Amino acid sequence: MSATEAVAIGLTHGGSEDTGLGNRGPESKSIVVPYGFWLFVLSDIILFSALFATYASLSGATDGGPGSQQLFDRTTVAIETMALLLSSFTCGLAMIAAKRSHMRWTQIWLAITGALGFVFLFLELREFAGMISEGAGPQRSAFLSSFFTLVGCHGAHVTAGLMWIGTMMAQIWAKGFREHIVRRLLCFSIFWHALDIIWVAIFTIVYLIGTLP
Amino acid sequence: MTDDRNEPIDFAPGAPHGDVMSETLSYIIGLGFALVLTAISFWVASTSSLWGPGVAVGLVVLAIAQMGVHLVFFLHITTGPDNTNNVLALAFGVLIVFLVMIGTIWIMSNLAANMGPSAEMMNLQMQH
Repeated sequence: MSATEAVAIGLTHGGSEDTGLGNRGPESKSIVVPYGFWLFVLSDIILFSALFATYASLSGATDGGPGSQQLFDRTTVAIETMALLLSSFTCGLAMIAAKRSHMRWTQIWLAITGALGFVFLFLELREFAGMISEGAGPQRSAFLSSFFTLVGCHGAHVTAGLMWIGTMMAQIWAKGFREHIVRRLLCFSIFWHALDIIWVAIFTIVYLIGTLP
Repeated sequence: MTDDRNEPIDFAPGAPHGDVMSETLSYIIGLGFALVLTAISFWVASTSSLWGPGVAVGLVVLAIAQMGVHLVFFLHITTGPDNTNNVLALAFGVLIVFLVMIGTIWIMSNLAANMGPSAEMMNLQMQH
């Protein structure tokens, strides 16, 4: 196969820069690092699939305690969904600004992303606190154990993401748009978008299907 | 980014590409689709004008559609040759997710139906 043919059908690597290793040499770090992080995010989604499977198996095991119909409030979930979706959107806008090394807009969009993430986390923690104070904590039934594991694991990811946003804002501020900083920011955006994708599954399966009349 | 537009360039997931307008437009279109699909989901779940047993399936389909919108417009996973690695990794991830979920639900519901003295007893055991 000639080199031009290989290019035409997309078999070559390293088109973005000359690695000195010929056409099939390793990719640049700006490709390899986000790709590796993409693999991590996919494995994280597989972890969530196990939690979803657990929840699906145990959703009927309420042990006479409260079920999803009594516990979940769709208005809260709608606001949480809006907050997370908009934060995913502003995270994308931050990436557009960061690509052009625009300090002010990158920081503004990242700050809005973080603020929306806080709104989401606040509403979720308020919901958890309300459920626990009603005696519907994770120790009440297998259904509630699996619910708190699944949704709590997502909440823990959002918490980690919020700390990551703060770190990235500080690093961009202190060090500027250096190559490795922008790479970290790209990994963060992959993480944040993936959290929103997982939330789509959670609000559909746990909250909407769980509260169907 | 490179100036050579003729060669396919491997592409990192989540990285916007193009000029400011087209990149922003991609996110706005994605946001629009996601908003519409979310709104339909909440409407479908609360209306009584649809055939009841089909609602859950419809909600799952809407969720999968919205995940696709997020993947395409926010994570920029496309079918282009520059994206082959990302798509293959995603396909493998989706395969494992389906194996884990469908396998678990299938096996556990079979266990619940076929094992133990009665369905109620099985239910009791699962609650502890």
